This record gives sequence, C-alpha cells and structure tokens, in this order.
Amino acid sequence: MSSAVDRAAPARAEERRWVWLALPAVLFLGALFAWPVLRLLAQAVEGGTLEHLEKAVLDELYVEVLVESLEIALWVTLLCLALAYPVALWMLRAGPWGRALALFMLLLPFWTSVLVRTYAWMVILGRNGIVNRSLLEWGVITTPLPLLHNLTGVLIGMVHVLLPYMVFPIYAALLRMDPDLPRAAEGLGAPPWRVFQRVVLPLSLPGVFAGCALVFVLALGFFITPALLGGGRIIMISMLIEQQVREFLDWPFAAALSVVLLVVTLGAYWGLQRLTGGNRLAAG
Amino acid sequence: MPPGRLLLGLVAGLVFAFLMLPLLVVFPISVSSASYLQFPPPGFSWQWYERYLSDPVWMAATWRSVKVAALATLMAVLMGVPLAFALARTRLRALRLLDRFVAAPVILPTIVLSIAIYGLFARLQLIGEWYGIAIAHAVLALPFVVILVGAALRDFDPAQEQAAMGLGATWWQAAWRVTLPQLRPSLVAASFLAFVSSFDELVVAMFLSGAAMTLPKKMFDNIMLEIDPTIAAVSVLQILLVGVCLGLVSVFGRGALTRSLGGK
Repeated sequence: MSSAVDRAAPARAEERRWVWLALPAVLFLGALFAWPVLRLLAQAVEGGTLEHLEKAVLDELYVEVLVESLEIALWVTLLCLALAYPVALWMLRAGPWGRALALFMLLLPFWTSVLVRTYAWMVILGRNGIVNRSLLEWGVITTPLPLLHNLTGVLIGMVHVLLPYMVFPIYAALLRMDPDLPRAAEGLGAPPWRVFQRVVLPLSLPGVFAGCALVFVLALGFFITPALLGGGRIIMISMLIEQQVREFLDWPFAAALSVVLLVVTLGAYWGLQRLTGGNRLAAG
Repeated sequence: MPPGRLLLGLVAGLVFAFLMLPLLVVFPISVSSASYLQFPPPGFSWQWYERYLSDPVWMAATWRSVKVAALATLMAVLMGVPLAFALARTRLRALRLLDRFVAAPVILPTIVLSIAIYGLFARLQLIGEWYGIAIAHAVLALPFVVILVGAALRDFDPAQEQAAMGLGATWWQAAWRVTLPQLRPSLVAASFLAFVSSFDELVVAMFLSGAAMTLPKKMFDNIMLEIDPTIAAVSVLQILLVGVCLGLVSVFGRGALTRSLGGK
C-alpha cells in the first residue's frame, strides 16, 4: 500500500483531471485568441516581404504617430502617478468609513462605461461646456479655453479612466508595509517628510512600478477616449490601425502596425517589470 | 491636525472630486427640458428617459447588450473556473506556464484583438451575430474569472476536500459541495466583472456587430452625431446599474472585489 507505484497512480489520475479541467479554456483561448492574433501578425510579412514593417517603422508619418502615442502614454502615466499616490497614502491613514467611501468613489467610475465618462467630459470641457461657461460668466476669461479636441482633453479623459489602475497597486503595496516601520522612524525622531522619503516611499516602489507598467501599457493601446476627445487632431496608433482596416482594407499594413504596437507594449511592460525585480533585489 | 495631513486630505479630496465629477454631471443633463446640451438645464423633464424607453433602436441595442453580456459571462465562468482549479492545483510544468499567459488578453491592446477576431469571424460569416460578440467578449472576460477565482482558491485549504473525500465523496462531489460554495464571494465578483466588462465593451463590438448594434455602439454613434441628451439618460441608468451591482457585490462578494483589485 505504501509502495511508490500505488502512490504514483492516484497522483497521475489527479494530474489528468487538471488537464481535462483546463482543456476547454485552453482550446477556447487557443482558437479565439492565440490563433487569430498570430495569424494577424503573420500577415505583416505575408508574401515574404518586409515592406509593410519597413513602412511602419521608417515612414515619417507613422513614426510620428508612434512617438506621439508614446508621449501621451508617458504623460498619462506621470499624471496618474502624481494623482494616485496622495490618494493611496490618504486611504492608508483613513478610518474604515473613509476607506470604504474612497473605494466606492474609485470603483464606481472604474466600472462606469468609458463612453459615459467620455460623453460627460465633452459636456464639461466643450466650447460651451460647464468649465468655459462658468469661467466666462465669472469674468475670469473672455474667450473660451480650448479644452476639448486637443491634447488637454485627451489627457484628462485618459487619466480619468486609468487612475484607479494606478491607485490600487500603490495602495496594496502600502497596505503590505509593516505599520510599525514608519512609527519606529518617527519614534527615533525623523520628521514626517523624512519618514516618507526613507521608509514609506521605498517600500511602496513595487506598487508604483506595477501601477506605472499597467497604466503605460493600457494607455498605449487606447482607442475610444482619444478618438472622441481628440477630435481628429490627436492620432494614436490604435486609431491608425483601425483606419487601415476600416477605410483602406490594408490588412498587411494594419498587421505591421499591430506588430509594432505589440513589440513596444511588451518591451515597455518587460522593462518596467525588470525595474520592479531589480528594486526588490536592492531592498532584500 | 498637522499641516502635512491637511494638505494630503485636500489633494485626495480634489482627486476624488475629479473622479466623481463626470458621473455627477450627467444627472442634471438627463432631466433637462432643453433639446440640446445646456448647462445648467433650463427646466425639469423626463423626456429623455421616455425617449430612450420608447425608442425601438435604443431598446433593441440594450437588449442585445444584455444577451451578449449574459452569454459572455456564462462562457467565461464555465471555462474559467475549471481552469482556475487546474492552475491552482497542478504540478505539471506545462499547465503552470499557462498561468503567465492567462492575463494576455487584458494586456494585449484591444484593437489588435478586435481586428484579429474580425478577420476570423469575417471568414466564418459571424459578423452581425450577437453570439459572435459574446464569444469574443468571453475571451476578454476569462482572465477576470481565472484571476479572481484563482486567488480565492490559493487561499482555500485543500484539506477540506480531502476530508470530504475521506468520508466517501468523489472529488467532483467535494469540489461542488465543499469548495465551490466557499468560493461564492469571488464567483459573484468575477461574474460581475465579466458582465460589466462585456456590457461596456465598444472596440470589439464596433468591428463585430455590423448593423446589429450593441448599446455601447449605439451610444458611440449618438455621441459622434450629437443628436440629443438621450445619451445622458442612458448614462444615468448605467451608472445606477453599476452602483447597485457594486453594492450587491460588496454584500455578497464580501470584499473579494476590493481584495483582488488590491493586487492580491
């Protein structure tokens, strides 16, 4: 009964069970995710030519769009970080009611349709929008501020959508911190700013990097918000891909642009993950 | 209160105001008596709600979105929960590797997935079929289910299953009667996330819906053409729906949602 063979048989049966349980989802993702995506990417080099890929990375017009997309993603990431960190820190110190309210105010917009929010920003930021109306009425400005159909509008809309993705990892990292550590630093006479700089901030860095990686990667692939709030003046790479498929039916070039977007996305994600790993080594 | 904390509270308050502002703004507009966008509204009226509820195009789009989201959720749960079990319990290297790729549909830019599936479905002539959109949405919803249920499974002590099996239950009985009931909070949260993510999804639906619009596609067209504040009424109803669902999930999900979003 205690022989190795007897024990191995049920173990093998168990492993077989896990394989069967995983199979439907694996087949599903293989057929409807991996296969179509790989097929699409393969179209970039269809016919054994690299001309589509070359056009995507060498043509000035498309490089410009890529650079602008990267810039927008970077700005959105930095703005989200600047806004999310104080919120996460405040939540850490808030009482149970404040925390619950904060979570509600983060989750409600988080799960509200992006379209609803984009529409609302159009109402708020438009030429005849709430902000411009109020400022004109109060005599602060004499001509409406250009807040919509430009970079400002796109950044506001995108930060609004992506902010929770930054708050949650930072808040989680702060929660994992031993609350005795900052208290000990305080007890040893460190002023609040120094406690933050030397204790709290370094311990929250894994959350910061995780949040930045997530927000940057998601921002890079954004489509709806820049399409609606950019008013055609802001073109991100996703919009370019959509245009190639919809208007020009140029599948190989859309595929080439997808390859570029994917490589940049994975590269950024991998780089920021490495940064986190490096930091963990430094801390340990 | 020290000045540092006061400042922190002030900044956090402003950020929360920024988060809530767009949600609050649509309420007054949705009950406006003006036929174009005007703020503050000149008078009160339910006309935009009436128009939404009596317009067959809006209603058809809403009903289609409900069907799509329900089927996508069902598929994601039925395939995602077994996969979460397998990933949490197996020692097979090949299955373990899958763990890393399960979040891929979330990280992959939606536009890339959209045109990839569009290419496939165009060949299969599935464009314009509501269940085609549901199948594509299930791809996007599956990671939510696997991640949430997987996190709960890793916290769950498998000795409980072994105890049930020691008492004569088969593994399936033990999983169904002992493990799954205890996973209910994360199942509720996962279903909610799957449903809402499909219900709000636009990019995939734009490509796959053809003439048969889902609610987000109809909203998108409405915003582009800027017809009337009907969209504000629809927005309010959606916000209320999400608010109610969030409340229900926090009651029945017992923190599974916030815990998972907290990165656990």
